[in-house]
Order: sequence, then structure tokens, then C-alpha cells
Amino acid sequence: MDLERFKVHGEPLIYGAMISIALATIGIIVGLTYFKKWGYLWREWLTTVDHKRIGVMYILAALLMLFRGGIDAMMMRLQTAAPEMKFLDAQHYNEVFTTHGLIMILFMAMPFIIGLMNVIIPLQIGARDVAFPRLNAVSFWLFFFGAMLLNISFVIGGSPDAGWSAYFPLASLEFSPTVGNNYYSLALQISGIGTLITGVNFIVTILKMRAPGMTLMKMPMFTWSVLITNIIIVFAFPVLTVALALMMFDRLFGSQFFTMANGGMDMLWANLFWVWGHPEVYIVILPAFGIYSEIIATFSKKNLYGYTSMVFSMLIISLLSFLVWTHHFYTMGQGVMVNSFFSITTMAIAVPTGVKIFNWLFTLRKGRITFNTPMLYTLAFIPIFTIGGVTGVMLAMASADYQYHNTMFLVAHFHYVLIPGAVFAVIAGFHYWFPKVFGFRLNDRLGRHAFWWIAISFNVTFFPLFFLGLMGMTRRTYTYSAETGYGPLNMLSFAGAIGLSIGFLLLVYNIYWSTRYMPKDKTGDPWDGRTLEWATGSPIPAYNFAVVPNVKTRDAFWSAKQDNIPLFEEKITKIHMPSNTGKPFILGVIFFFFGFSLVFSLWIPAILSGIGILIVMATMSFDRDHGFYIPAEEVIATEKKLRGETV
Amino acid sequence: MNKKGPLYAFFLSLVLLLPGCSSLAVLNPKGPAARTLSDTIILSILVMLGVLAVVYILFVFVLVKYRAKKSNEGYIPPHEEGNKWLEAIWIIIPIIIVAFLSVVTVKTTSEVENVAAEYKDQKPLVIYASSSNWKWHFSYPEEGIETVNYVNIPVHRAVEFRMYSFGTITSLWIPQLAGQKYAMSDMLTTLHLSADTEGSYIGKNANFSGKGFAHMEFEALVMSSNGYDEWVKEVKETAEPLTEDAFKELLAIEHIGRKTYSSTHLTFSPPPMDHSEMDGEEINHENMHHDNGSKEHQENEHIHPSPEPSSDTEFNGEPEPELDQPLPSSPVEEHTHNSSN
Repeated sequence: MDLERFKVHGEPLIYGAMISIALATIGIIVGLTYFKKWGYLWREWLTTVDHKRIGVMYILAALLMLFRGGIDAMMMRLQTAAPEMKFLDAQHYNEVFTTHGLIMILFMAMPFIIGLMNVIIPLQIGARDVAFPRLNAVSFWLFFFGAMLLNISFVIGGSPDAGWSAYFPLASLEFSPTVGNNYYSLALQISGIGTLITGVNFIVTILKMRAPGMTLMKMPMFTWSVLITNIIIVFAFPVLTVALALMMFDRLFGSQFFTMANGGMDMLWANLFWVWGHPEVYIVILPAFGIYSEIIATFSKKNLYGYTSMVFSMLIISLLSFLVWTHHFYTMGQGVMVNSFFSITTMAIAVPTGVKIFNWLFTLRKGRITFNTPMLYTLAFIPIFTIGGVTGVMLAMASADYQYHNTMFLVAHFHYVLIPGAVFAVIAGFHYWFPKVFGFRLNDRLGRHAFWWIAISFNVTFFPLFFLGLMGMTRRTYTYSAETGYGPLNMLSFAGAIGLSIGFLLLVYNIYWSTRYMPKDKTGDPWDGRTLEWATGSPIPAYNFAVVPNVKTRDAFWSAKQDNIPLFEEKITKIHMPSNTGKPFILGVIFFFFGFSLVFSLWIPAILSGIGILIVMATMSFDRDHGFYIPAEEVIATEKKLRGETV
Repeated sequence: MNKKGPLYAFFLSLVLLLPGCSSLAVLNPKGPAARTLSDTIILSILVMLGVLAVVYILFVFVLVKYRAKKSNEGYIPPHEEGNKWLEAIWIIIPIIIVAFLSVVTVKTTSEVENVAAEYKDQKPLVIYASSSNWKWHFSYPEEGIETVNYVNIPVHRAVEFRMYSFGTITSLWIPQLAGQKYAMSDMLTTLHLSADTEGSYIGKNANFSGKGFAHMEFEALVMSSNGYDEWVKEVKETAEPLTEDAFKELLAIEHIGRKTYSSTHLTFSPPPMDHSEMDGEEINHENMHHDNGSKEHQENEHIHPSPEPSSDTEFNGEPEPELDQPLPSSPVEEHTHNSSN
């Protein structure tokens, strides 16, 4: 067996990474043993089926991946800060930008959003859990082990290096003979299955498990955005599944779907990838829009303006998102007719998006606006994201795109929609819902400091890139010559990136500081909230609501507080809960080995782990564990404790 | 307070500033195609600035007026469902803007995908641009010469690049002369451009193609008509012809400077599905390889092994057309037959 394939050579950075990974792993193992937490870890986290815990794990993983993707970004910005820098050579730069894209979109933004969905949606609809709690756990562990598979590539075998879009024939075996792009097809495939399951889970949860009285048009806007997002997931992800499977067959088994020879069509890969890829970015942005709706209403103390329009605009955006994919490759030679069609559909998406912006502005109007940390991120989104949106309209014009395509102009545009759009939203949501989950707020002064560093540095980092694109600088170039004149703006961008790092470090420091010093919140409603999640205790009991609420209006919790409309009218009875199970975690582990074996074409381990997967799935299918009951007395006692009464 | 004065001043200053954008290659066009695109881009910037202005003004106004302060301590915001008229306005006006930009898009896309209006009567100068890792080959079939990593064209002349790749997807881009277009291994793409100012312009590959991608720059030199003819003559007299072996070697080299040859590789390594030189009757499909990928690629199958296609199945790559029937038309052929579509 050729051991050379497993090794990654030469770079001090990579050896440094190997050593850090080893040290961190040892540190974790030693720490868990010393504090005798293995049992706790297994019982409370690795086997949990509780949506709140699963959500917390998603978000924790996303934060770690934010750190990794951010380091990739800093390395890229450092390498391009000056002409002919020698920090990263071409091969490593290519691996770094590829992993940066994959990690930030698939292993940071998606899990952060799915994590928030997990924690909040059942609470917002007055339910006790999602429809399929065990599948929910499977989703998380598949995501986690897919992410681990991609992360290990850096030190074993080499990372994918053909861009996050992995165009063929570059990503074919012919031009990418190392295992890097095998990691791509397998890690994304494993995580993708998890996401698809989430899609089904949340559609059923939202459609079937809302509290009595909560009609669709009384749901909170975040819930609406999540419902629509999961519908997009269910329609879009299967395309990725197929594309990745065909890619795997091309690379591992010699098929010719996308290759240069024997009828393979490289353009087919591009089309399949983007038929998934474009809805994917709407999967990332729509929940963000939902989060913004919640925060704007809460902190202007006013109901969301134009509720019906807001719902319909998201429906139209989701529909249109499937009709625009070709704008990612206007320059592929389709001709005027095809490009014109897609230009029109792409520009059309600006209309419902604009509707949302105006409705948010009119929610703020006549409100009473407080400027705390979550609200600052939300407010900053409006002017900054709009720059991303209008440059999107500019890019949508096919003719103009012939000059913007694959330049830094494009890079600037998508960072202007992704960061103020999705990243600010998850940070805002994180600050907003943090006290609900952990029982204390994050410090607002530190939070605002971090916000200003991030918001201003973001613009310093990415606005110059618009000009670099118009100067002719293409994306994905590891270096450039001094004569091009690209130096100064790149250096400015690097300065901004340093500011962004400072901001994110402050954000993380805030988590630590607040954990130590912030006072506990006993009310469960620190912001005078409007929606049902704020009607639970703090910390949230495992069963969420002792009594299922009776919903009569939108912003049900707000109405209950303002107009004295009672929410909880039933008597407390015993509550049915699902049991913890280790099978999802074990399934994830086996999938990891399955993926790893296929990456290195180790057929026997692959077959064995494949059989293992089938066995675990069979045991899950025939699982006779129907959960357990929390007796009414225990529920009553827990509720008393939450209200601060003595038991 | 008159908010409009500063606004007009702002717009005016932008309009005056924009011509100073000549350090931005894309906004410093030297040919009609690039000029059309540059004008389109500037128009879209102005329209989008208008949109931004509306949003920003509303945004600042709302935040300043409705922020929480001691003086509005007891203020309870009203419950507002929405307003049908406002919704209508902020749906209809954006639709009008999108419709306007759509018309501009269709018009300008069609313009740049065809020979420029002022050169419509000329027969375009055809140059085949092909990419291999990591260089550009420019083959001039009319003149019978070939260059590597630089291309010379005469001023005031319509040029038609026919592009393809010997490997990964690349994108031919000379920002000051035209937009870019992909070059792929299984079909021919067409890019029309022309230059109205002599000079040296940077060209590059705009589509990531692996390790050597950053070093695929080339020079596009626009010469006077006479200068161009003289240069062609000089090449034919002094440069070596390009033999098949030399070409195979050339393809395998990763990075190379400029090279010049007095013959092209098109004869022994024809571009994919290139029917442009033949009339309908001459096309004999039985003699043509319909494996995708260029002939060079097929002949080098020991480097790019592919499984043996099974003989005599209905998935056999060779079509068997009835020769007295009209040819089936495929999108690929439209690219080569009808370069002005």
C-alpha cells in the first residue's frame, strides 16, 4: 500500500497544523478523563435527541469552523497583500481558498443557521420537539463527521484544490490526481444527506406540530422563513447528491460523466452544481431574513410591517431561486437568448428582496428603537447588504457580467451579501437567543465593541475588491506582479481583514467574559419578547412547555402580555419524551470511516463500513424504544423551581 | 432642511468623477465591444446609486427620528398591518427599473455577441485561441501562422476568436477590448472583438485552471493594418513551421514565454467539432471522431486513458445519418456555423 498518498509535504504551516490537531485532541481526551466527564459527554450530548442540545452542538461546530475558515481567509489576504508574496505557493493557496469556501458556506453558515433553527423553531411554534428527534440527531452527526472528513484532508492526503465549485475537467482525476477532490465528493455527500434529512424534518415539524390556534399566517416570521428554506432544501439538495455521486464515480470508478473523453460533459457538472448552488445561497439567506424580522420587531417594539407581503416575497424568492442558476456561467457560450432569459429572472429577484427591505424600514418607522448588540448587526445589514444586492443586479446583466465574471468584483459582491446577510444574522441571532438557552445575556458593551470592529473592517476589507475587479484582477490568483498596480488596494483589504479578526476575537472573548461575570436572568424573557420561545422558563426545561399554549394571534406572547390574553389554559399532565440513543453518533462515526476509505480507495474497509451503515440503519428502523414519560408531579415541580418558588 | 441640494451635488460629482476611472481597465475601453460594456456598467452604477440613495435616506431618517430616548420613554408604538399603496409603489418602481435594465441587457448582450456595427461589412479575421496548461496558443488559419502567449491584431478590424481548450475550462479575457468567454475541450466558443486604438493590452485567463493559473497572462498587441501585414510576412519568412512533434512537446510544457511559428496546429490537431471550413455535402460523419475532446486528445489516449467503448450498441458514439437527408443540427454546430447568432 502506497503510504505516500497519505502524507502532505513540506510546509511548516501544515506541520504546525498537524501538531496543533494532535495536541488539541490529546488535550480534549486528557481533560475529559481528568474531570471524569466521559459519562456526562455520552449521556448528555453524544446521545441526545433534544433539539435544543442538538442546536447548541451545531452552533458550537459552526463557531469552530468560523475560526478555521477565518484563518484560511487571513492566509489568503496575507498572501495577496503585496505583489509576489512568498507566504503560500500556488498549490497551497489553491487548497486554502477551496477549503475557505467549502467551510464557510457548508460548515459554518449552514450549521449555524440549522443550529438556530433547531433551538428555536419548536419553541416558536409551541411544540415540544421536532417531528423526528432521532433523525435530527442523525442529521447533526452526519454533518459533523462530514465536516471532520473535510478538515482531516489538510493533514492526511491533501485538501481539495479545484475551488469550492470544483469545475471539471479540473476536478477530474486527469487534472487533480491526488485524493483532495475525493474528500470533496465524500465529505459534502455525507453532510448533504444530513441536511436533506433536516429539510424533511422541519417541514413536517412546522406543518404538523404547531400549537393549537397557530394558523400558518399567525406563525412568527422566522418560522415562515425556515419553512420555506426547508422546502428549498428538499428540492435542491438531491441535485447535489446526484452531482457528487457522479463525481465520485468519475474519480473512483472510471466513469465518464464529466470528463474530457468519451462523451463526458464538463458543462454538465457546472449546470448540476449551480442548480443546487444557487438555491443553496437562498437557503443560507432566507432564515437570516427571518432572524432580522424577529429582531427588528422586538427592538423597535412594533409588529412586523406587511406580514403578508413578507411571506409572499419569500415564496417568490424561493421559486425564482430555481430559475436563475445559469447566471453563474453567462460566459460559458450559451448565447444571447439563454443569457437574456436568466438575466431577467435574476434581476427579478431584486423585486421581492426590495419589498422586504422597505417593510423592515417601515417596521422601524414609528417604533421606539433600542440600539443593543443584536439590533446593531440587524440595522447594519440594511445599508451594507443593499450594496451587495445592487451589485448583484449589476452582475445579473449578462453583457456587463462578461467583464465582471470571475473577477474580484464578483468576490466583493458575494461577500457583501453573505457576510452582512447571513453572518451578521447568525451573530445577531446568537446574541438575541443566547439568554434563552444559557440563562444570561452576553455583555452588551463588549458586544457593541466587537460589532463596530467587524462592521467597519468588513467594508475596508471588501469594498476595495470592487475596484480591483474593474482593474482586471481575477479571483483565485495566488499572486500578481507589481506592474498590475493591484498592490495598494490589496494591502488595504488586508488591513481590513486584521480588523475583522480583532472583531471576531472580541466576540469570542465576550462569550468567555459573560459566562464568568454576567448576572443570571430568571425571567426567561430578557428582551420583552413577542414570540412564544420567550414564554418558557430559563433554562428551558427538557419538555419546553409544561402545557401546550393556545394561540389566538400573531406575536402570541406579546398579546398575552399586553392584552391579557391567556396562553396556557390546560392542566399539566404527564409528558411523552423520546429516549436518548447512541445510534446516530455511531452511524456518524461509521460514515466517517466509510468516506475516508472511499477517499483512499481502500475497498475492503469501505465495504465493511458500508455494511456497518446498513446494520445501524436497520437497528434504527426496528427500534422498539418508544420513549418515556415525565410524570406530571415532576413537571409541576420543575415549573415551580423556574418561577423561583420553593418546591 | 433641503435634502435635495446635497443630493444633486453628490450625483453631479459622481458623474464628473467617473471619467477619472481610466485606471480601471474595464472602464477604459479601446474597442467598440468593451465600450458598449463600459457604458452599460456605468449606466447600471448610476441607476443602482439611485436605489441606494432612496434606501439610505429612509434608513437614516427612520433611525434618527424613532430612536429610543428619554423624551419618548412612555411611547407605545402603534400596531401597523401595512399599506397597500406603499407596497404597490415599492413593487412597481423596482419592476420598472428591472424592465429597463433587462432591455439594456438584451440589447447590449446581442451587440457584443455579434460583429461590431461599424465593422459589419468586413469579413472578420478568424483566430483560433486554444489553451493548454498553462499557456495560450493563437492560430491564424488565413495567414497560416501561430503564436504562443501573445496575439497581434490589426486596428479597426473585426476579429473573431474561436476558442477551445486542450484541457481544463479556461476563459479568454482582454478587458480593454471585450468581455470574456470560456474555452472548453468539447466545443468551440466564439468571441467577437475589435480595437480602435493601437496599443498593447493585457489578456488573461479568467477561469481558475490549477497550479499555473496565475501565470497565464498574454499580450494583445493592436497594430496598424500595414504593421500587421508586415509582421505576418516577417513571421512567414523567419519563423519555423510547427511540426506535430514540436506541438506535442509544446503542449506538455507548463510555462513558456512567447513562441512564433509559420504554420498552425489546426491541420494535424483540428479543434473540436469544427465544421466551419466544410460545406454540408463534405461532412462525412463516418470519418469524424465524435469522441469529445480534440483529435490531439484522442491520439494521446495513452496519457488520458478511457475505457473501451463497446462496439455495436445503440450508444455507439458514431451517428449513422442518412446522407441524402439534411443534417441534424446541434447547438455545437450553431456556434461554428452561425457565429453571428
